[in-house]
Amino acid sequence: MSEEHHIVPWKNYAINFCVITVLMFLTVWVADQDYGVMNLPIALIIAIMKTLCIVLFFMNVKYSSHLTWVFAGAGFFWFLIMIGFIIVDFTEFGGMYTNSLPGSQSAIGVP
Amino acid sequence: MTSVTMGPAEPVIPHHFETKPQHNECNILGMWLFLAQEIMFFGGLFTAYAVYRFKYPDAWEAGSAELNRAIGTGNTIVLLVSSLTMALSVYFAQTDQFKKLVASFSLTMVFGAIFLIVKAFEYHEKYTHGLIPGAWWDPIHPPEIDDPSKMQLFFIMYFIMTGMHAFHMVIGLIIAAVMMIMMLKRKFGPNKYMPVEMFGFYWHFVDIVWVFLFPMVYLI
Amino acid sequence: MAVIADREGAYAPPVREENYLTWDHSIKSWLFTQDHKRIAILYLISITVFFLLGGIFAMLFRIELLTPAGDVFEADRYNKFFTLHGVIMIFFFLIPSVPATLGNFLVPIMVGARDLAFPKINLASWWVFNVAGVFALLVLVTGGVDTGWTFYSPLSTSYANTSVFLAVTAAFAAGFSSILTGINFIVTVHKMRAPGLTWFRLPLFIWANYATGVVIMLGTPVVAITLFLIAVERLWGVGIFDPALGGDSVLFQHMFWFYSHPAVYIMILPGFGVISEIIPCFSRNRIFGYPFIAFSTLSIAILGFFVWGHHMFVSGQSFYTGMVFSFLTMFIAAPTAVKIMNWTFTLHGGNVIMTTPMLYAIGFIGLFTIGGVTGLFLAAMGLDVPLHDTYFVVAHFHFTMVGGMAMAFFAGIHFWWPKMIGKMYPEFMGKFACIIIFTGFNLTFMPQFIVGWLGMPRRYHAYPEEWQVLNVMSTAGASILGFGFLACIACLIWSAFWGKPAKQNPWGAKGLEWEVCTSPPHPHNFTSIPVVTEEAYSYTGEEVLDID
Ligand SMILES: [Cu+2]
Repeated sequence: MSEEHHIVPWKNYAINFCVITVLMFLTVWVADQDYGVMNLPIALIIAIMKTLCIVLFFMNVKYSSHLTWVFAGAGFFWFLIMIGFIIVDFTEFGGMYTNSLPGSQSAIGVP
Repeated sequence: MTSVTMGPAEPVIPHHFETKPQHNECNILGMWLFLAQEIMFFGGLFTAYAVYRFKYPDAWEAGSAELNRAIGTGNTIVLLVSSLTMALSVYFAQTDQFKKLVASFSLTMVFGAIFLIVKAFEYHEKYTHGLIPGAWWDPIHPPEIDDPSKMQLFFIMYFIMTGMHAFHMVIGLIIAAVMMIMMLKRKFGPNKYMPVEMFGFYWHFVDIVWVFLFPMVYLI
Repeated sequence: MAVIADREGAYAPPVREENYLTWDHSIKSWLFTQDHKRIAILYLISITVFFLLGGIFAMLFRIELLTPAGDVFEADRYNKFFTLHGVIMIFFFLIPSVPATLGNFLVPIMVGARDLAFPKINLASWWVFNVAGVFALLVLVTGGVDTGWTFYSPLSTSYANTSVFLAVTAAFAAGFSSILTGINFIVTVHKMRAPGLTWFRLPLFIWANYATGVVIMLGTPVVAITLFLIAVERLWGVGIFDPALGGDSVLFQHMFWFYSHPAVYIMILPGFGVISEIIPCFSRNRIFGYPFIAFSTLSIAILGFFVWGHHMFVSGQSFYTGMVFSFLTMFIAAPTAVKIMNWTFTLHGGNVIMTTPMLYAIGFIGLFTIGGVTGLFLAAMGLDVPLHDTYFVVAHFHFTMVGGMAMAFFAGIHFWWPKMIGKMYPEFMGKFACIIIFTGFNLTFMPQFIVGWLGMPRRYHAYPEEWQVLNVMSTAGASILGFGFLACIACLIWSAFWGKPAKQNPWGAKGLEWEVCTSPPHPHNFTSIPVVTEEAYSYTGEEVLDID
């Protein structure tokens, strides 16, 4: 796409930078508040928003082909498969074996 | 704009490509595939981190409290600025502005270096607090939790994850230095900005890793 | 096939009749070549060395297993032999086997391109592979490694006093080289197809290598970081996976198998691709159900990432996770069965010609089916508990990996040998070696199913006397198998020098590599880029062999 390759105006980059910086201060501020179990999800949501800003605008995925979207998404999706299954195995959803209880010893030696 | 365009006058196409767009698209796709595998590479570390955080929440809280949040925040800003100057470098290469390109690319390298230097001071601070796991482990204020030894695991993960991130920064700076030399020889320009853009992808990716590391390690 | 005019001045046109093997004879032109065809040959040489090395270790521990007592080698040495056999065969033979040799050679030609998208990265891949190989050889000279190829913690991190660090470094680097190959394939297939070559006109070999590339790209980095953590744990003396130091060894197994189960598809999918080329060619028949084979390839690649827990039914994985993994594992048999059915239907009504590649391919279908079906035994969670870590498992994965993948690899090498080397191998010797391999293989591994069912655990150098007959059969079979492999390799090497020159299309096969490229191909593959106007495998039944 060299001819029609999208040249993004520098102002977009500057605005994007400001948004990410604001989000960063937001996550620092939020960390001082106590939302109980929601602390982690809130921090992660802000991190994902920052990531989207970087991926879409700094890395120009917004103007890229569908193929780029697919493979950029595949990386994140496969990571979720891995962490999803593994975390579930270590939570109480797993049940039965000793490693199902938070803070318990490792599962070595179970039947 | 100068009368002489920087970089090659005509698009350069390697022999096995048919057209320049094909060449560019291959580069972009190849880079994204590389980044997808990088996501999985760091993903392994994040998974291990998440599992241990889940298993030892107290130790994680105590470990996180040992970190210097001000330094972490400052370093995050440094890295974000370097990402901005990197994005601008691509813009200046595309629009044939040589001086601004060199300036913004140099700034990217400078901010990257500042990040690493700050990181080194931070590591040293951990050393003086006896927080290096292994044989050196001797915290000056041991945490008041059920099993203080578990805080060591937090610092193992902390050093491996931030260390792997810093290693990627070092690799990035080495590549950037080589590109700087090529840039000064006027190798890049509107007809050849792909290397700059590809390096930008890598640099932004390293930034993204930090975007997740920062809240996970310092804040929660 | 029609051709279009070439982009002007894209490369220097050949001055005389030359091919990629002969245009430059210097060593430098080989070691630093960016030509995908030469890199394929380099890879072929490298992996043949490792294949023979891995085979030697297999012979050594089979000799130990001749007698029930552990008398030939002490237990430590026996452990090292099977570990080295596993590490070398998996990371240095099976994973690069088809993609790095046949894939490197054929992917650009089959998509009608002059090279892979990133020729320099392709060369780097071979160099990284050899660096990995050097580390593997360093493991040998520094006393070996005895953890099993799985490097389970805490054995690998706290208890083993062998060269674990070098071994994981070797596996790490070999993995990295495969990532470079995988990324190259994906980009090439997406972006470099010739005009008219739509996705559904691609040979199924391309689909297979594409899917392999995806699995490599998304799986390999995870094992890389896992092995890296093992190395850190050993060097630094901290507990990442060792429970005694606060780590979790179940986490290691999760992360290891997240890659290592999909890795079996890295090994077998390209083999499926090879078989999908050979069966229609020597049946003189269109492949049956092209889209089903194509999509089953992709679905195996994706589903393969959802089943890794079937290796952990007895290692402390939670019960419900195990059930989910058991269930999902059953699913993956479906697309595999689709392929087997389609190949069989392709044979049906065809004009079958029994050449050497076809013999291997038919052998593949039979042996792989046995390997796949016994895999379902092991996927069933209840049945896996008694069978886990017995010789039943050993026999199962050797049926898929040797009976499947090695047979497919040799099928492919024989099939494309005239194209790669430009010489015909002696047909009689080829068939002879194939039959020897088939016989030896079955004699080696059939008894292992039985002895595993009877309860003989793997990885022990001594066993009760009542299992001796079966083990002697297995060792005898291994000797025959080893002889068959040697005969096959010797026959191929002989023919490379003294074989009859091959015609452009000796098999009467369809495909760009046969219909457009000379044997061996031109350094730039095509004098001009072909335009594809028909589907793959458009066999009419009229094609004839073109061999003197
Ligand atoms: Cu498996």
